[in-house]
Amino acid sequence: MIAIIDYEMGNLRSVQKGFETVGYDAVVTRDPTVIDRASHVVLPGVGAFGDCVANLNRFELVEPIRRSISQGKPFLGICLGLQVLFTESEEFGSHQGLDIFKGKVKRFSFAEHHGKGLKVPHMGWNAIRIQTPSPILKGIEPESYVYFVHSYYVEPAEPEVICTETTYGIPFVSSIAHDNIFACQFHPEKSQRIGLQLLRNFGAWN
Amino acid sequence: MLTKRIIPCLDVKDGRVVKGVSFVNLRDAGDPVEVAKLYDQAGADELCFLDITASHENRGILLDVVSRTAEQVFMPLTVGGGVRTLDDIRHLLKAGADKVSINTAAVQNPEFVTEAANRFGTQCIVVAVDAKQVSTASENQARWEIFTHGGRNPTGLDAIEWARHMEAKGAGEILLTSMDQDGQQDGYDLPLTAAVSDAVSIPVIASGGAGTLDHLYDALAVGKADAVLAASIFHYRTYSVAEAKTYLFNRGLPIRQVNGYES
Repeated sequence: MIAIIDYEMGNLRSVQKGFETVGYDAVVTRDPTVIDRASHVVLPGVGAFGDCVANLNRFELVEPIRRSISQGKPFLGICLGLQVLFTESEEFGSHQGLDIFKGKVKRFSFAEHHGKGLKVPHMGWNAIRIQTPSPILKGIEPESYVYFVHSYYVEPAEPEVICTETTYGIPFVSSIAHDNIFACQFHPEKSQRIGLQLLRNFGAWN
Repeated sequence: MLTKRIIPCLDVKDGRVVKGVSFVNLRDAGDPVEVAKLYDQAGADELCFLDITASHENRGILLDVVSRTAEQVFMPLTVGGGVRTLDDIRHLLKAGADKVSINTAAVQNPEFVTEAANRFGTQCIVVAVDAKQVSTASENQARWEIFTHGGRNPTGLDAIEWARHMEAKGAGEILLTSMDQDGQQDGYDLPLTAAVSDAVSIPVIASGGAGTLDHLYDALAVGKADAVLAASIFHYRTYSVAEAKTYLFNRGLPIRQVNGYES
């Protein structure tokens, strides 16, 4: 059973339906006992970094998340669920993340490109360049297109965790992989066939 | 490289697609869910539902359509039409919409856009801007004005200024429709599209006037739009999404190719 953590940061139905479509049972929950029992854990999220951390604290989900990761369960972070794993974000001042990975979350700043069509948020389909092979990307061609919508990106202090990069004005880290963790900036649940393949690979990961 | 988006738009009334869709292989071409699935398989980059249901009582039907669509379609879905309150937005997002488009309510109360962006995130708030050219031939500089209620009600607001204002208020994207060109299949309003695209630093979706693939190209290349919305040319199978994408790609635009998808 896959547990999708619900902390009131966006609609999770499409993530759940995505897993069901590729043959995996998934439950949307914030119950620590359900998360503890799950074989796989997914942390999605859309919205602001500060709200995200505040809600994880309010619903007492930080410990269950850390526990799942330290137990070695396959863990998938999506969008904010990637960013919040890092040390801190510069979104609206500075906010502390879970610090599972060292590094910062930074805002796209294209002041110097203004008028050249680089808009924020980075919204739409863009290609991923695979830097480090991962079982989560099995069957996914290099330069595949996936759907992004975000204004911030992660900058890991340890480059060895970088799994894919994408270019939007600058190259940025579009996914990371380390031990039992895979986390991506893009939305597999909105990325049609490629995204469903990624969810299928995650469901099969152990 | 970020690609330009091709977005089919369905007009939905009381839960049914209004403009008929001539797809041969559909059980029910009037069912938005069936049509959405087909566009998903065809590799459309996003989908847009525009609800033109007259009465607010029938809102539940739309929510049901959105929720059934979201269960089967794995691409971004924008829903617009009759969005007036934070509760309207909450219900649509909960049903499975990724973005909502706000039109008249933004004109009546610009603060509503800010409240919505603060509550749900700027990325899911699209402001629909319906503009009509009001300058005369003797004027050097073209001017466009915002109209509401399907182009009937002038507001006195300048379209370019308004788009900037909406960005400042928290819009994550502008859905720009030329009321002059809408339904004409005669091409998008390129000066308007370019002027708005230049004025804001959020994505702009061009809408109104697509009749040929050249029109799509012009809106993206000349109008500098980030995405094009089209209805008739896809619904009536004048062109498939795949044909449109291949054409635009071959003309040098950044386009997500749809290899492996049904055309």
